[in-house]
Amino acid sequence: MSERVAVRKTYKLFIGGKFPRSESGRSYLVQDTNVSLASRKDARDAVVAARAAVPGWAGATAYNRGQILYRVAEMLEGRREQFVALGVPADEVDAAIDRWVWYAGWSDKLPQVYGGANPVAGPYFNLSAPEPTGVVAVVAPQSPALLGLVSVVAPAIVTGNTVVAAASPSAPLAAVTLAEVLATSDLPGGVVNILTGRITETVPTLANHLDVNAIDLTGVTDADLATDLEVGAAQNLKRVLRPAPADHDWFADPGITRMTALLETKTVWHPKGT
Amino acid sequence: MFEYAPAPESRAIVDIRPTYGLFINGEFVDGGDPHKSINPATEEVLAEVSWADAADVDRAVRAAREAYDRVWGPMPGRDRAKYLFRIARLIQERSRELAVLESLDNGKPIRESRDVDLPLVAAHFFYYAGWADKLEYAGFGGRPTSQHSGPQPRPLGVAAQVIPWNFPLLMLAWKIAPALAAGNTVVLKPAETTPLTALLFAEICQQADLPAGVVNIVTGAGETGRALVEHPGVDKVAFTGSTEVGRAIARAVAGTRKKLTLELGGKAANIVFDDAPVDQAVEGIVNGIFFNQGHVCCAGSRLLVQESVADRVLESLKRRMAQLRVGDPLDKNTDIGAINSAAQLARIREISDSGSAEGAERWSPPCELPERGFWFAPTVFTGVTQAHRIAREEIFGPVLSVLTFRTPAEAVEKANNTPYGLSAGIWTDKGSRILWLADRLRAGVVWANTFNKFDPTSPFGGYKESGYGREGGRHGLEGYLNV
Repeated sequence: MSERVAVRKTYKLFIGGKFPRSESGRSYLVQDTNVSLASRKDARDAVVAARAAVPGWAGATAYNRGQILYRVAEMLEGRREQFVALGVPADEVDAAIDRWVWYAGWSDKLPQVYGGANPVAGPYFNLSAPEPTGVVAVVAPQSPALLGLVSVVAPAIVTGNTVVAAASPSAPLAAVTLAEVLATSDLPGGVVNILTGRITETVPTLANHLDVNAIDLTGVTDADLATDLEVGAAQNLKRVLRPAPADHDWFADPGITRMTALLETKTVWHPKGT
Repeated sequence: MFEYAPAPESRAIVDIRPTYGLFINGEFVDGGDPHKSINPATEEVLAEVSWADAADVDRAVRAAREAYDRVWGPMPGRDRAKYLFRIARLIQERSRELAVLESLDNGKPIRESRDVDLPLVAAHFFYYAGWADKLEYAGFGGRPTSQHSGPQPRPLGVAAQVIPWNFPLLMLAWKIAPALAAGNTVVLKPAETTPLTALLFAEICQQADLPAGVVNIVTGAGETGRALVEHPGVDKVAFTGSTEVGRAIARAVAGTRKKLTLELGGKAANIVFDDAPVDQAVEGIVNGIFFNQGHVCCAGSRLLVQESVADRVLESLKRRMAQLRVGDPLDKNTDIGAINSAAQLARIREISDSGSAEGAERWSPPCELPERGFWFAPTVFTGVTQAHRIAREEIFGPVLSVLTFRTPAEAVEKANNTPYGLSAGIWTDKGSRILWLADRLRAGVVWANTFNKFDPTSPFGGYKESGYGREGGRHGLEGYLNV
């Protein structure tokens, strides 16, 4: 009997809940595998998909978002071996799963920690509550490919933002496989969009895009590029997270600042009286 | 009234064992004398359940202590969270089974156990699961700005928890979820008339591979509860039930180091102003007092209606009450199920009779009640004064007392004229009046243009003799932390 010939997987982009190839028809070779090389147009399409997903996702209950993030953890746990086969260390996969669980629990708690009643000096009810800022572009750290991507995407979406993520160019297979996890976790299409390819090609488009509300430059290693991107972001006053230090420990307790950096605070006044 | 064909939920989904022991240290063990748990809608015996004596309670507390010292206390919050998430998922997966069993043992309509109790139970575990690894962010100690320094919030140890029969599984969730999230272990006593879902929950703990001794369930009545609360090995007492028993527990823990939270009775005012949309208000009044047969500590049992609209509201209310379907709890069309026990039915009858005797006018819609089981038709009293027993005492049944008021100040005065302070309702189109009134109501939960809303993120608990401490939300952790 002849040996079975394997069916190989095509690694594509993840935009609007679908897996298109790059509109440019290009790919690049990583780990003997062709991976889509996203273009500026793909980046713009991803922003459109992310924007379209905002009302539904931001409008979902915190409980619902929490359930979905926890579902991502469940699905990721089920594909643990697949990531290990791609070369992701097992402890990194475990940490990535736990990170989804950590952020899942924040969905209905952050407003209780980061908002509250303000005792103004007058007969007014006054309450501050966080709201998502909107569409967030994130540049995932080059490494660790899976934990890094999860660590920047999960805190952005748990509060109701939608994301366009530029995956690590050198390790995109884990990112595309994560997209397959997201696509089967009841996460609405467009909440997370993942681009593979060159940071220098897609990220300037995102930084200069007027329908992007915030940009997380965590994975940008070139200081000059980071400055250019920040300057671009200033056009519409995007909220900016600056690059992470090279020695950042992605396994450590992430805290809550990645969430709070991507939130608006809304304060409501209402008079009290008969 | 429309004729509805019966639409009974199948009880085949639930497999009730003929006898149940106690759940101690991860296993079902023999306990004290067996007692019957009956279906209040039919008086049929559902199962025989052991009642724990002092020695059984001692075993359970020791198991909880052992689990606290060796496993649950030292376990990282992240891992405790995973067990709680598992439990939440198992409850979701087995929700219909739990709902049917709850309706069988308690008498509440399947529509409520299925659509209210069970979703809230699962959500409560899900919510507190997420807190288990975030306690230092809850505001009770620990410094999030310097993550690995500063005092971290610590659990108390072993929690003794005694819950009532009106929302058996939901009250279990309110007690167990925050206790476990904070790192405590528990010994829980369900009510003697509704032990079955707690025992099914014990199976779920086994299914989740929850370490032995973290959750222990001891069934029984007042004596079992007393032995548990007074056991010197418990660090925390949490009780939901009557104010009378709550007072006795407060006396019993006096002079000990036990931390105490109490969620007790209520006599909530539901205040309807003349600018409120009448139909919505009537729905809220009906939900407020007839939800769960009125077996609700925060029930809107005193309707305060502005004099100018009293006739209109009452006419509409009576018309709506005539549409309520009383009967088989497992029928999906049923609005009002069975009264939970013969004893509770006797109490409702006794206080209601006092209402008539003291001069209030009693009305119930024509309503055919089943012959077997414990039933009480939805009832409204008008012409009630603040001196009447039906305006002062918690009836814990489908009985509404109607009083009137003229000014907002009078509404506040009357609403607060009670030793209780659990909840209140306000119905008006004017936002500023809602907030003005909410400031003045001495009640732990104020519902505006809605009633009987619950959510795991929202703290619940009373002022005054309705108890102290809050369950739910960030505040719900405080009762289970050493702060």
